Amino acid sequence: MLKESGEMKDRIKGGSYMLESKNVNVFYGDKKVLQDVTLQVPENTVTALIGPSGCGKSTYLRLFNRMNDYIENFRKEGDILIDGKDIYRKDAEIEELRKTVGMVFQKPNPFPKSIYENVAYGLRIQGINNKDVLDEAVEKSIKKAALWDEVKDDLKKNALALSGGQQQRLCIARTLAVEPSIILMDEPASALDPISTAKIESLIYELKQNYTIVVVTHNMHQAGRISDKTGFFYLGELVEFGDTKQIFTNPKNKKTENYISGRFG
Amino acid sequence: MTHLEEELKSLKKSVLEMTALAISQLKKAKDAYMNMDTEIAQVVIHNEKRMNAIELSIDRDCENIFALFNPVASDLRFVIAMLKINSDLERIADYAEGIASYVVDFDQDLRAELIEATKLNLMFDIAISMAQDIMVAFDEEDDKLAMKVYKKDVELNMINKNSSSVICDFAKKDPDIIVQSLFLFSTIRKLERVGDHIKNIAEELIFYLEAEILKHKKNG
Repeated sequence: MLKESGEMKDRIKGGSYMLESKNVNVFYGDKKVLQDVTLQVPENTVTALIGPSGCGKSTYLRLFNRMNDYIENFRKEGDILIDGKDIYRKDAEIEELRKTVGMVFQKPNPFPKSIYENVAYGLRIQGINNKDVLDEAVEKSIKKAALWDEVKDDLKKNALALSGGQQQRLCIARTLAVEPSIILMDEPASALDPISTAKIESLIYELKQNYTIVVVTHNMHQAGRISDKTGFFYLGELVEFGDTKQIFTNPKNKKTENYISGRFG
Repeated sequence: MTHLEEELKSLKKSVLEMTALAISQLKKAKDAYMNMDTEIAQVVIHNEKRMNAIELSIDRDCENIFALFNPVASDLRFVIAMLKINSDLERIADYAEGIASYVVDFDQDLRAELIEATKLNLMFDIAISMAQDIMVAFDEEDDKLAMKVYKKDVELNMINKNSSSVICDFAKKDPDIIVQSLFLFSTIRKLERVGDHIKNIAEELIFYLEAEILKHKKNG
């Protein structure tokens, strides 16, 4: 059953949260897009970030795999920590970070290759070419992504021939193959039909046993269904962050209440 | 199984457990009353706190499911039904506790012929068997059995209806029994209300299973 009301007990690995931001400000040129965001994500949880378009939730998500670094005039203040370590420190290796932090995007983006090669891709660029190792990793990842039964007989098929929902699960399998501990998802189901969306949601719910997941979603109901924690962003500020049950039944901030009840946004 | 399905399964389990506890409370209340056993009565009174805690927990679970999963169709009917059944079970347990409290407060034997004439024992048995049947109907999602229970309430209503004239006749003959007559009549009324709440549960089950609304219909 759903946990008792009150604060959910956070799992903290070795004294650190899995993901953490401390007083983070983000600027694109002169424009401040995130203001003083402090937030902690415990291990093996799903955290949903909600808020109207332009509120900064996707920018915030991309801080954790340093994807904003590619945006011109991007500037950050404050600390972004993964497992207690500052990922923006000078000697931080981006390749290592990307192994730890996988990402799934709004639109499924498989490579124009076979299903097998899509999933093996990340391992191949790490220099792994042993067929047995790759076979095992591909099967394991596709199974974890709840896609195996649908594609196991046709792994050579071009990934682009799969349905949108299957392509998205393939992208999740591709992410899982490099064995990250964190998965960031930016609107992972918004381009999918309700059945495919339900499959992705079930998958997210199952994956949290082994991964820490942060999902940006426009769909508040989805946030309710899949997440343990919810953060509501508005105009670049984290207005409220707490247990999803509390946010959806008794939000502390009036802005959160107005947003989740559809009164604005 | 989806997350929602897991939550609904867990909710059903909790409501079944509460039903079992309510039945146990009714049985103990009967034992306490028929034997004027204050020890058993105290157990019933003590268990009432547990019933109240379970009621609050189920209320909260239903609230969370509504807020987080936005259930629709049969899932929606199920959660609405559980919310109402939860309230009915709590009231049933309240009546059991009320009967047990009489035992503690009154603490003297009732006249056997008065109990027999009012069919109090039968009333307890009918109420308990209705509660047991509704639990089976709920567990097995058996709408036919739920309908049978729904119709059975009329038997409790009849006993209740006749009891006032029976008690009146006794009291006229022997004014010394007026106090225990009032005490007995009050117990009969409580059992009649227990029957009403079990009938409500049957209505809620049929609403969930068949999307049919029996409330305020004149049968049974």
